Amino acid sequence: MTMATMNDTVATTTAPVKRRSFGRDLAGLAVILALAAIGYLLFPNNLALLTRITAIALLVLSLDLVTGYCGVATLGQAALFGSGAYAAGIAAVHFGITDPLLMLVSGVLGGAFAGLVCGVVILRAHGLPQLVLSIALIHLFHEFANKASSWTGGSDGLAGIAPDPLLGLFAFDLWGRTAYGFGIGLLAVVFALLRLIVRSPFGMLCRGIKEDPIRIRAMGASPRVAIVKMYVLSGAVAGVGGALNAISTQVVGLDSLSFTLSAESLVMLVLGGTGSLFGALAGTIVFMFFEDIVSAANPFHWLTMVGALLIAVVLFAPRGLYGTAAAFVARRREAGR
Amino acid sequence: MSAIFEVRNLKRSFGGLAVTDDVSLSMAPGDRVALIGPNGAGKTTFVNLVTGNLKADAGDVRIGGESVTHIDAIGRVRRGLVRSFQVTRLFHEMTPAEHVALAVLQRDGRAGRLFGHFLAMPDVMAEVGDLLGKLGLRELMHRRVSEIAYGQQRLLEIAVALALKPRVLLLDEPAAGVPQSDTGRIEEALADLPADLAVLMIEHDMDLVFRFAKRVIVLAAGAIIFDGTPSEVTRDQRVREAYLGSYANASHAA
Ligand SMILES: Nc1ncnc2c1ncn2[C@@H]1O[C@H](COP(=O)(O)OP(=O)(O)OP(=O)(O)O)[C@@H](O)[C@H]1O
Ligand SMILES: [Mg+2]
Repeated sequence: MTMATMNDTVATTTAPVKRRSFGRDLAGLAVILALAAIGYLLFPNNLALLTRITAIALLVLSLDLVTGYCGVATLGQAALFGSGAYAAGIAAVHFGITDPLLMLVSGVLGGAFAGLVCGVVILRAHGLPQLVLSIALIHLFHEFANKASSWTGGSDGLAGIAPDPLLGLFAFDLWGRTAYGFGIGLLAVVFALLRLIVRSPFGMLCRGIKEDPIRIRAMGASPRVAIVKMYVLSGAVAGVGGALNAISTQVVGLDSLSFTLSAESLVMLVLGGTGSLFGALAGTIVFMFFEDIVSAANPFHWLTMVGALLIAVVLFAPRGLYGTAAAFVARRREAGR
Repeated sequence: MSAIFEVRNLKRSFGGLAVTDDVSLSMAPGDRVALIGPNGAGKTTFVNLVTGNLKADAGDVRIGGESVTHIDAIGRVRRGLVRSFQVTRLFHEMTPAEHVALAVLQRDGRAGRLFGHFLAMPDVMAEVGDLLGKLGLRELMHRRVSEIAYGQQRLLEIAVALALKPRVLLLDEPAAGVPQSDTGRIEEALADLPADLAVLMIEHDMDLVFRFAKRVIVLAAGAIIFDGTPSEVTRDQRVREAYLGSYANASHAA
C-alpha cells in the first residue's frame, strides 16, 4: 500500500470517532448552560444554593479525575477543595488580594499544592491502606486549619472576605447573581478543559493505569508519576471550586476541609457514575437537590433517605445514574445497527 | 558482534527452592533464541527477573553493556528491554489503535501531553496503521479489545512490544492459547521482526521453535542444561532426560 492511500484509510476510519467526541463536548457545554439557565429561572431566590452546587460539582469532578480515571481510592478529597478555599480567603483577608480572578488563581495554586502533597502521600499505599491514609490526611488538614487560627480563623471560620467587582464591572450582589454567573462560567471552562485532558495522550495513559498498572510499567511509563500529576490537576480543579465557594459565600469554614464533605463527594460521584465527567455532574446535581428538598421536607430522616437512594443505585445501577443510562443507550444503539 | 543483552550468574529462590539457579547468557543484535524447558522450569521467572518485575537474589543484567541491576523495571524498558506476557495483559476497554498509540507516544516521551488526540497526530497514526497492518489487525483497530478474538489479542501484545522499538525483545509464549488456525499470523509476525532486534522467545511448540530459532537454550529446574543449535538439541541426552515424563514427551508420542 502506498503512503497516500494508507493515510486516506486512516483518515476515513478516524474521522467519525473525532466528530462524535467533539459533538459530545458541545452537547455537554450546552447541557451545562441550559441547566444553569433553568436553575436560574426556577430558583431565582436561591442562587446561593445553585452556586454551592456548582462549587461542589467542581469538587466531584476533581475527585473523578483521581478516582474515576486513575482508580485511586480516597476519602480525603475535600483537603484539595478546602485548601483552595482557604488559599483564596487568606489571599483576600491577609494579603489584600481581593480581585476575584487573583483569588481564583490563589485557590488554584493552593488546591494544586494540596493535590501534590496528598498525591505523594496517598500513593505510598494501595487499596484499603490507601483509603486509611486519605482519611488520616483529611483529618490532619482539618486539624492544621483549626490550630492555625490566626490565619484561618479556626473554628469561627475565616470571615471578612470582600471580593472586588468581577473584571471591575460586576459587583458581587446580595442576590448572588454575579457569583452564580461566575460559577457557571468557571464550571463550563473547567469542563471543556477536562474533556480535552481526558481524551489526551495523558488521559489515555491514566485509563491504562487504572486497568493494569503493571502493563503500563512494561511500556516504560511510571504510574506513580502520572497519578501524582493527575493529583495536581485534580487539586487545581478542586481549588477552583474552593475559591468559588470562598468568593461567593465570603467566608471559609472548617467544614470545607472536612471528612464529611470528602465522603459526600465520593457518594455523589458513585451516584452519578465514576470515570465520566457527565456522571460527576449528574451525581452532584441529584444529590444536592435531593439533600435540599428532602432535608426541608423531613429534617429528621433525610439522611436515611439519602442512604436508601444510594443503596438502590449501587444495587440496581452499579455504574451510577449516568453510567447506567449511557450504557443503556449504547446497547440500544448497538441493537439498532 | 558485542552483546546487546547479557545475564551473569542470575539467582533467585522461593522459600529455599532455587527457581533461577546461576543462569548466564548473552545475546547479540539480530539473535533469534528460543528458551525452552518443561513446565515450571523457571522460564517466566527468568523474564520477570531480567526485566526487573521480580527482584533477583544475585547476578548482573546488562543492556548494551550498561548494568541495569540497580535500575527498576521502567528504566529497563526505557533502555530497550521489552517483554510480552504469557497471559495477555491488555486494556479491555481500549482499542488496538489506542494500545499502539499509547506505546508510540510513551516511547517518544509524549504520553504525558495534556492536549491533542492521537487520532489527530498523523505521524502517530501512520505508525499505528503500519504496525497493526503488519499484524493483520488494521480492520479491528477501533474495536474494543474485549470484542476481539484471543489470537488477535496475542498479536496485539506483540504489536505493543514492537511499538516501543526495543533493542531486546523477550516473548513469553506468544502463541500460547492461540488456535492452530491463527498461529500462521504469529509466525509471519515473528519472521518479520526487525533484523537487528535481539529476540528471545519462550515457546513450547517445537515446530515453531525450530522454524524460528538459530539457537536454543534449555532450562530445567532453574538451570541452563543446554545452549546450542536446534539440530543438536534433539540429540542431547540431558535434554531428553529433563523432558522425560513431561508433556513434551507425551506430545511427541501422540
Ligand atoms: N512468586 C512466586 N512465589 C513462589 N513460587 C513461585 C513464584 N513464581 C514462580 N514460582 C515457582 O517457580 C517455578 C517456576 O515458575 P515459572 O512460572 O517461571 O515456570 P515456567 O517455566 O514459566 O513454566 P510454564 O511453562 O508453565 O510457563 C514454579 O515451580 C513456580 O511455582
Ligand atoms: Mg511461563
